[in-house]
Amino acid sequence: MVCNVCGTNPATIHLTEIINAQMMEIHLCEACAEEKGTEFKTHFNVAELLAGLGEVSMTKPSGRKAEVLVCPDCSLSYEEFTKNGRLGCPACYEAFSRYLIPLIRRVQRAAQHLGKKPGRMPVETEARHEMKVLQEKLKKCVQKEAFEEAASVRDQIKIIQEKNKKPKKR
Amino acid sequence: MSQVDKYLEKPAEWLRVSGPLSDVVISSRVRLARNFAGYPFLEKLTSRQQKEIAELMAATVKAVQQFKDSEYIRYNEIAELDRQFLLERHLISREHAAEKGYQSVAVTDDEMISIMVLEEDHLRQQTFQPGFNLREAWRVLNQVDSEIEKQAEYAFTPELGYLTACPTNVGTGLRASCMLHLPGLVLTKQIQKVLQALSKLNLAVRGLYGEGTQATGNFFQFSNQITLGQPEEEIIENLECVIQQVVEHEKNARQFMREEKKLRFEDQIWRALGTLKSARMISSQEATGQLSLIMLGAELGFIGKAVVLQELNTLFLLIQPAHLQKTAGKVLDSTERDAARASLIRERLSKVIM
Repeated sequence: MVCNVCGTNPATIHLTEIINAQMMEIHLCEACAEEKGTEFKTHFNVAELLAGLGEVSMTKPSGRKAEVLVCPDCSLSYEEFTKNGRLGCPACYEAFSRYLIPLIRRVQRAAQHLGKKPGRMPVETEARHEMKVLQEKLKKCVQKEAFEEAASVRDQIKIIQEKNKKPKKR
Repeated sequence: MSQVDKYLEKPAEWLRVSGPLSDVVISSRVRLARNFAGYPFLEKLTSRQQKEIAELMAATVKAVQQFKDSEYIRYNEIAELDRQFLLERHLISREHAAEKGYQSVAVTDDEMISIMVLEEDHLRQQTFQPGFNLREAWRVLNQVDSEIEKQAEYAFTPELGYLTACPTNVGTGLRASCMLHLPGLVLTKQIQKVLQALSKLNLAVRGLYGEGTQATGNFFQFSNQITLGQPEEEIIENLECVIQQVVEHEKNARQFMREEKKLRFEDQIWRALGTLKSARMISSQEATGQLSLIMLGAELGFIGKAVVLQELNTLFLLIQPAHLQKTAGKVLDSTERDAARASLIRERLSKVIM
């Protein structure tokens, strides 16, 4: 088995963690484990670790960090964003989502918009938005144990899902 | 004559009339951050794109009913002093005033609604209401926003809502804020306690001119921090709830001053009046502090009816550096401004008998 980080050396260290009822395994060689050692010592956070892996896998074979995360639309790098806190264009949200969504979750304590929506938007966007709002509503109902309301929201979700399936069957 | 001179003749509508809880809440403001789809955010806009957006907005606001009587002011066509003047009137932000591109602002004639173009986001729309009335501010701005939306497509995703240059505004893009006058809490030394309690509630407290400014003259601006994960109405209700409590504390403090420590605070207020009525030179900071006390004195009933709150609100504006210079019709250095300020205040308070 080769190391998940460098992809060349044989893995000698194997870590297992259960997160959200899913078992995650990671295999590392000694050199990479040492490099990422502090992360393991504190707490084994899969999300952070995978984020770290992303960075490492972009390293060129020579070992130098040659490529960085860059928005394909406006060419802003994630590093630039972390320096001045401003994104370059709407597409940055998608390009940096791996880092940005956890950050937004921390700052905003949520990652789903529930407010106003544009009067007109592409049909696909509209449908996705409707679904997201209902799912969020369902979560809240379950949290406050309003099961009757939850059931009705769930039915609404089902109806939309059915509706979305139909055109595909044709 | 410059494009902004017409505003000098009368103060903004929201300063001139009184509103709910006007004795503590000076004004309510709601702003929305919006960006157009198909363009990068400000930092990555080319000069040509900036110009395009500025011209697009100039045309767009013409079709917005609320902007029937309004000005579209291009910064590269007005003097530096005029920008400062707009800033003092809370129509634009400090950052916006300092930009060097195609920045512009659309302002309704009553100054209740303004739209900054090419601020941190393509659009920063805002409305003011006198007193404590965030709901009305939101109602008005929501309509304006929907009108603009009919003509242009905003950057929006179902998950993150309205996309903004800074992720701290993403979602609703909504910042609701109230300007509170809290001399009671400051003078009875309870303000720190209140501010500390608030810091745990995801609210921001700032000075008179927004981000990065000091609280002067006992004025504090309270606003929401979180813009995502709650509908606009909920964000506003949460803020309202907190502000209501702060207002309650302020009123209790004022009652305490009036009933328990009358002599001590009466003394402080009359001394402030003495200073203002005799000063030949006064800095804007000192004037703001002393005028705040006069305002308190009027509210506590310590000084006669000769002082009208709304007149004082206006005076706070007129003693700002750019306003003094626009009134004088010439550039004044800081010594000249201090003298002009002192003389304006003496004139405005001449009816108040000591």
